[in-house]
Amino acid sequence: MATVEARGVRKAYGQTVALDGLTLSVAEGRILGLIGPNGAGKTTLLNAILGLAPCEGELRVLGRNPWDERDRLMHEVCFIADVAVLPRWMRVSQAVDYVAGVHPRFDRAKAEALLARTTIKRKSRVRELSKGMVTQLHLALVMAIDARLLVLDEPTLGLDILFRKQFYDALLNDYFDGNRTIVVTTHQVEEIQDVITDLAFIDRGRIVLTTSMETFETRYAELAVRPEALDAARALNPIHERQGLGRSILLFDGADRERLAELGEVRTPGIADLFVAMMGKTAPGAPA
Amino acid sequence: MKKHCLLAWSVRRELWENRAVYIAPAGVAFLAFAGFLFHTIRNPAPAALDAKLAFLLAIPYSMAASVILLTSWIVAIFYAADALYGERRDRSILFWKSMPVSDGVTVAAKASLPLLVIPLIACAIAIATQLLMLVSASAVRAAYGYDPATAWNAWPMARQTVVMLYGTAIHALWFAPIYAWLLFVSGWARRAPLLWSVVPVIGLAILERIALGTSWVTTAVSYRILGAMREGFTSDALKQPVTQLSQLDPERFFSNPYLWIGLAIAVAFIALAVRLRRWREPS
Repeated sequence: MATVEARGVRKAYGQTVALDGLTLSVAEGRILGLIGPNGAGKTTLLNAILGLAPCEGELRVLGRNPWDERDRLMHEVCFIADVAVLPRWMRVSQAVDYVAGVHPRFDRAKAEALLARTTIKRKSRVRELSKGMVTQLHLALVMAIDARLLVLDEPTLGLDILFRKQFYDALLNDYFDGNRTIVVTTHQVEEIQDVITDLAFIDRGRIVLTTSMETFETRYAELAVRPEALDAARALNPIHERQGLGRSILLFDGADRERLAELGEVRTPGIADLFVAMMGKTAPGAPA
Repeated sequence: MKKHCLLAWSVRRELWENRAVYIAPAGVAFLAFAGFLFHTIRNPAPAALDAKLAFLLAIPYSMAASVILLTSWIVAIFYAADALYGERRDRSILFWKSMPVSDGVTVAAKASLPLLVIPLIACAIAIATQLLMLVSASAVRAAYGYDPATAWNAWPMARQTVVMLYGTAIHALWFAPIYAWLLFVSGWARRAPLLWSVVPVIGLAILERIALGTSWVTTAVSYRILGAMREGFTSDALKQPVTQLSQLDPERFFSNPYLWIGLAIAVAFIALAVRLRRWREPS
């Protein structure tokens, strides 16, 4: 059974269609990066998965209907929403007490150990903490919950690069164990490339690409083409072309790597480059 | 506290957030006590009043309890008007909803504050204040060479506690539809929930007055605000401090149909508030 199973999920706000028959399956033990432009439906999809908003179509999370069983689902699902949403009046010690009080799968000792690694004081109120510390606190609370699915919506928004790095390091080293499933959205695409096992692009309420990262690495190739080989390279139908470091950089989908290597340097593209290649073409008003 | 008792933890966290529910009545209690102490030190001699005017001695104690309870009602109103609005405004609802606590339990916890928790806190503070007043009055009188026991004649503590608990309970029940309405509006309004809960009622009253020339809405509202005293006590209770248990009239209060209509309306608004909290999508 997949952790998240969405089939033909639809959600409209008046005339605006946020999710347009979206289909997605996330297997247990995967870390899915969900990437899409603003307004593509990422947050709407996550809200539906978390039971925060109803939707049409078929949606099961850990075998349950999230809209009907949100409170039961939250025993096994955790989420960190796009900005720090911890109550600003709350003391750190109160946050730990509260989660320990209401959550049967919360390991207080683990949360305390995680917090001990930070400079967060137990008596501080959330409003007195820096944005990075609030995220550390939230992550400590969430990582101490023995959940099967963790949903992260722009978890590192507004954090400096050190905190962002720490965030994903902690997630991978201290939390992810191959049995849990993580779904993460972010605009900081580059920093999750080595974190995720699966990638999905969402655009206008639909999934336009899903691939495992293993497949991604063999399927897509980026060629920094030698100037004299440019015409030959273009003849191989690149899906995107850009300029970089005085060379044309061409992106190929399913091209023969050995053939490409004859024309220049071949490497695995960044997710961001593939994203620009795929979304740039479809975005209204974007240069062709 | 029992582990994973969701309702108890939800109430507890409301108290963490809304410290005004005990600080405000406690502050008023302190002022009442300080005023009483000042007065007692200036006038330490026990007043010699005949039996007919003996109730005058009870006035400071009764007044102290009244201002504490009045403060708690004001606090309860402000609490209820913000309860389901504040968590949406600061988006902390996303954190609360990430916990395995249902909307029903959350709203029940929020409703229990004005209906039960705040009245109980106010009663406890009022009782403590009256005890302090009695003890300090005795001490002051003793210091000035008067009989300290005379202070206790003014306010029969055990009986007055029963009167106060009764008065607080009937007010909580009588005000239930007001609190439930505020909770409902706080779950519905996009901004200014207190305004949204008051203005439509005033508008309705004005509309009725102009269109029909009647004042049913005004009458209903003022009856809802003042009715508990009138329906729960005998008629002389409105003029002087209640010092006799015979002035309590629970039979009349609990057979009043408007009490039960009000409670039915309260249940309906609370149910609607639960539904609103579930359906309101995070923005």
